[in-house]
Amino acid sequence: MIEMHNVMKTYQIGSEAVHALNRANMHIKQGEFVSIIGPSGSGKSTLMNIIGCLDIADSGTYKLDGIPIEQYSENELAKVRNKKIGFVFQSFNLIPKLTAEENVELPLIYQGLKKTERMERVRNALERVGLTNRSYHYPTELSGGQQQRVAIARAIVTEPSLILADEPTGNLDSKTSLEIMEIFHELHRQGNTIVLITHDDSVADQASRKIHIRDGVVTEVSR
Amino acid sequence: MIQSFKMALKSIAGNKLRSVLTMLGIIIGVMALVILVSLVNGTTKSVTDAVNSLGTNLLTVTISDNKNQPIRTSDLSLWMQEETIGLIAPSSEKQATGKYDGNTGTIQVYGTTPSYYEIQELNLLLGRFIKTTDLDNNTAICIINEAAAQNLIGYTDCIGVELSLNGMKYTVVGVLEDDEDSLTSMFGSDSYVAYIPYTSLVRLSTSVTNEITSFYVSAAGAYTVDDAQGTITNILMERFLQDEDAFTVSSQDALEDTMSSITSILTILLGGIAGISLIVGGIGIMNIMLVTVTERTREIGIRKAVGASRSAILQQFLIEAVVLCMMGCMIGIFLSWCVLKAITIIVSDLSVSFTMNGWVVFAAVVFCFFIGVVFGLYPANKAAKMKPIDALHYGG
Repeated sequence: MIEMHNVMKTYQIGSEAVHALNRANMHIKQGEFVSIIGPSGSGKSTLMNIIGCLDIADSGTYKLDGIPIEQYSENELAKVRNKKIGFVFQSFNLIPKLTAEENVELPLIYQGLKKTERMERVRNALERVGLTNRSYHYPTELSGGQQQRVAIARAIVTEPSLILADEPTGNLDSKTSLEIMEIFHELHRQGNTIVLITHDDSVADQASRKIHIRDGVVTEVSR
Repeated sequence: MIQSFKMALKSIAGNKLRSVLTMLGIIIGVMALVILVSLVNGTTKSVTDAVNSLGTNLLTVTISDNKNQPIRTSDLSLWMQEETIGLIAPSSEKQATGKYDGNTGTIQVYGTTPSYYEIQELNLLLGRFIKTTDLDNNTAICIINEAAAQNLIGYTDCIGVELSLNGMKYTVVGVLEDDEDSLTSMFGSDSYVAYIPYTSLVRLSTSVTNEITSFYVSAAGAYTVDDAQGTITNILMERFLQDEDAFTVSSQDALEDTMSSITSILTILLGGIAGISLIVGGIGIMNIMLVTVTERTREIGIRKAVGASRSAILQQFLIEAVVLCMMGCMIGIFLSWCVLKAITIIVSDLSVSFTMNGWVVFAAVVFCFFIGVVFGLYPANKAAKMKPIDALHYGG
């Protein structure tokens, strides 16, 4: 599913070169629920950007579904993000001018699907996160937990190979966090591959596998 | 595509005040373009019509050097015998002070012959025009226009009244109808005109002599103005020893040509100025689109993260700019139509109609479209080129 080999990513901050990722190796199999844990500044975000095809590694190989990503053009990367990856962000990242339904519909529009099919899949996705009765609300009219569910619905509506969640509970209270995590467990049971990035041990422990990242070095943590 | 169109409409509607202000530049530009060009066209048409109504089969001959062979009325009568020539009428004019019963006014006095009436297509309201006997006896009669009768004498039915022109008494024998549509009425409708026998004008004025320096020629029924022009030119060439600089023969066609070249220059000039204001409007659109792109950086990031390609983002913002432009264009055209209607009603007594010209509207639409594309391209490209990670983390 995900194969990373010797991935390097270096940022130039002033005169200093910072290795955000230093020879990272990682394997994630189909249907796994993996958490990546590390303190802030550890290279978590960089790792997530590379896994999510939002950014490209300086060196090393990254294969998603057996396809090497490095040589992809920007448009091809957009297509990969659209079809294979579903993002869930800490700050939800919904478009405020669109209703819940329209936000979920967005990736399908870029796939060029017909309206009837889009509507059916949107309804289906909102049902899976339990938000059918909030379809026509705008993000500002929803609570944090509800917004994050809309974001999850948007991530799963395309039926991606990988659901990539970046601190999905970071902006939520503990009760809502539990509800959101329950949705992730449910998605995992349905056979989705989930990569969850967090700095919170209690969240990370819920995954079936834990990967640790510190100063750009990735290490496997056995349970 | 349809989706991008919907998104554009939504985004424009989402920020109404800003959208309207942005469109204002385009609206004013389009209005300037359409109204100015339509006004010029309307005026041109009515002026051309007025020129045509003066009679297109009319030649004006002016003698500048008579080579001691002055033309007299008898020569004109002789030339009238020519096959291609219809009528010839001399015309000299002089300004005179008209007095009647304490009223004083400046009168344009024309000295001419009976043919003038027909050549100039005048219409008598009352009485008669100059007769051949008046010319022979240089009688002190005059034919005045309606305005002179009403304002100087006081009433229209003034046959037999004695009008004083520069102190000499003239009996009014006819009153002419004022032509509402004529060029002279358009550019000074209340001027006073009097026609007197040519020979009488010679007595009234020191500068006018029996030597005719200017006269009108019309073509005979079966012939064109060009035929008559050829004939009269030949006669005059012979008389003035083949010196073509001694006289000029001009037709209404020449006047029309000059007029149309003037108005087309005017159209291009005004259209150009209006075009500049449209470009300024386009810069306004570009400015707002740049602000919009910056404001919506995060949205662009989200869209890219969920799979919007570069071209999809480019399309979205470009369509938004073009839609903004075209909406402004449509509103501008509608308002221009209203303004032109209003102007037509206000000046309705001038019989000038200002209608919107199809090709001006077409040009405005095409021009606006290109402005939308040209000035939308840079901001849209800026949006499309954003890196998804940078855009996502913009402003927290």
